[in-house]
Amino acid sequence: MSDIQAETDLFFVRERMVEQEPPPARNVGVLGWLRANLFATVPDAILTILGLVFVAWILPPIINWAFVHAQWTGGDRTACASNTAGACWAYVRDNLGQFIYGRYPPAQRWRVDLFFLLIAAGVVPMVIPSVPYKRLNTLYLMIGIPVISFFLLTGAFPGLTHVDTQLWGGLMLTIVVSIIGMVFSLPFGILLALGRRSQMPAVRIVSVAFIEIWRGVPLITVLFMASVMLPLFLPPGIDFNKLLRALIGVALFSAAYMAEIVRGGLQAVPRGQYEGAMALGLGYRHMMRLVVLPQALKIVIPGIVNNFIGLFKDTSLVYIIGLFELLGTVRQSFANPEWATSQTPATGLVFAALIFWIFCFGMSRYSIAIERRLHTGHKR
Amino acid sequence: MAPADVSSPRGGASLVYNPAIRSFVFQAVILIAIVGLAVWFVHNTAENLARLNIASGYGFLKNRAGFNVQTFLPYTPDDTYGYALLAGLVDTIIVSVLGIVIATVAGLIVGIARLSQNWLIRTLATVYVEIFRNIPPLLVIFFWYFAVIAALPEPRNAIQFGLDISLSNRGFYMPRPVFGPGFAWTIAAFVIGIAGAWALGRWGHRRQMATGQPFPSFRAGLGLLLLLTAIVFIATGAPLGFDIPVKTRFNLRGGMAVTPEFMSLLLALGIYTASFIAEIVRAGILSVSHGQTEAAHALGLRQGRTLHLVVLPQALRVIIPPLTSEFLNLTKNSSLAVAIGYADLVAIGGSVLNQTGQSVEVVLIWMVVYLGLSLITSFAMNRFNRRMALIER
Repeated sequence: MSDIQAETDLFFVRERMVEQEPPPARNVGVLGWLRANLFATVPDAILTILGLVFVAWILPPIINWAFVHAQWTGGDRTACASNTAGACWAYVRDNLGQFIYGRYPPAQRWRVDLFFLLIAAGVVPMVIPSVPYKRLNTLYLMIGIPVISFFLLTGAFPGLTHVDTQLWGGLMLTIVVSIIGMVFSLPFGILLALGRRSQMPAVRIVSVAFIEIWRGVPLITVLFMASVMLPLFLPPGIDFNKLLRALIGVALFSAAYMAEIVRGGLQAVPRGQYEGAMALGLGYRHMMRLVVLPQALKIVIPGIVNNFIGLFKDTSLVYIIGLFELLGTVRQSFANPEWATSQTPATGLVFAALIFWIFCFGMSRYSIAIERRLHTGHKR
Repeated sequence: MAPADVSSPRGGASLVYNPAIRSFVFQAVILIAIVGLAVWFVHNTAENLARLNIASGYGFLKNRAGFNVQTFLPYTPDDTYGYALLAGLVDTIIVSVLGIVIATVAGLIVGIARLSQNWLIRTLATVYVEIFRNIPPLLVIFFWYFAVIAALPEPRNAIQFGLDISLSNRGFYMPRPVFGPGFAWTIAAFVIGIAGAWALGRWGHRRQMATGQPFPSFRAGLGLLLLLTAIVFIATGAPLGFDIPVKTRFNLRGGMAVTPEFMSLLLALGIYTASFIAEIVRAGILSVSHGQTEAAHALGLRQGRTLHLVVLPQALRVIIPPLTSEFLNLTKNSSLAVAIGYADLVAIGGSVLNQTGQSVEVVLIWMVVYLGLSLITSFAMNRFNRRMALIER
């Protein structure tokens, strides 16, 4: 008998902590997860059941269509004509070359492959944060690739056969239009954003008018304008090709959006940075180039990537003025009697959607990752 | 921020370094360059038009259009170009307004669903958003048009919904209401009902502000509206008939039809834009501090009322500005109609442009109209925004 017990009435004093009890079985494991996430309350359970019914209603037909009843092989429409329940992947397989390269001559397709490779060589190190020489890498993407691919794809280089831009198409054209749009819209957009924030009234008014007019109209009208009005604006005799007109339209359109994104970045740079740069005696050009723009552009990288996603999706509109990029090529192939079946349109569009989705989803993940990386220390 | 004006040093320094003079010269150069470019463009355009024998000006708007399109306004090929463009504008506005309604409702639901406690609902909403945000809108339109609606059964095996409503690859057919002579009274009753409901809402709100007594304004207002309209409708002898679509060998005649083009465009715009609106709604709700939700729960408000009375009003402040730009995007995307042949302003303008060659005029009309629509939308949304904005002391 210890002293405590002797002095008090207590007959039992625990000397060890009680072992922690396991949580009730209904709160852990699969059951617990189900209770917390699917059946927390009665309305919740009803929602879950409705959701399950919806999934059960929509998912099996999709799987059946895309895989189970799908026609994977075959040389022409007879393979798919009898099969109305499933996708006609054989058609995608047969037309894959056209979807990717358009009407680019098959013997010259290695040039397009090389073009894709050059882009990959620039993009892959760009998106891996730990790879050094980001500045050089950016220069390569912004200047190197357009110049090299111009010589490579058109064949303006001695030794290469000339390939007319009329023959360009498919995924390759989608990528060409979006990259050129991007490369020209970024510097132009920066200039416009600076112009909009300028103290000089003439410059400001011109920039605001340009940005607001371009942002106020749909891209289709801009493309129409580029294709029908540009030739009118130039002296008779000067006529340039359809692709170039579309590129000019896309670049100007995208520049207006880019300007607004960059302006956001410029506004986000604290005033002290401007004042500090001025106090150091830097002129406008040096202040912008050395102090303000590096910070502003860094903030808006996610915005720029999102703009690029928009641009990538918008390239599908060049189809309206008679250029056949990926979606246009797919759309055009519906009319091909060799493959015209009831399932051809759905299959082709799902394929195109998948390609667009992979590119855009990848870019949006990248933009989110950057946002997270730039968000150091301010996160709640 | 550009550098503040530094007053020029007194004497000594060359004029080249005087900021005022530099800025003046720079602006003058830019203006001269732009004016020069414009003059050059106008000169070339005039020359080119003269060479192509195209008269400039808007006289062509009074000429006979000649092409045939299906629009909401009654239109025949004998109408003028000007009227055709007007019909196109009406089509643009109809599809944009309906698209905005669909996108907002769907976006709000999906945006809230993305924050649901329920894993299944949350995942479904996320899948929806991630799929449609990353696909070009034109592709969504094509998908509805070529893959879904074209694959529907022929009119004679149309999917029936009862009440003579049917869906086939020719579109969505339903009975067309035929209004009898006394129907104006019912419309008047409806308008009066709306005004009454609005007044009731105002009164209920004022009473709640003054006494704290809540009043079920919404239910009472709705009841008033429906009851009043129904009583007048029956009292005037129910002057309403229906023109029921009749099956012919290959098609349906009569009734009211929603064309496949309109349906594809509307669904595509609604579904595509809803995925963006959902993200905006989600960001808006997340921007409301969690303490607000907790405080509302502590006051005894249920989940639904917390959302309605506490979270959404605050979230709206964050939601409205980007929502406005989504509305504008939807309106601009409605121009994709041209790809499937829905006769909107751009599609009709394109036909006019091809027939007459009046490209400058048509493009100017497009720009003015779309800028106008943008300004009207922005104006309306800004007014709404000002009402919702936080009024600080």
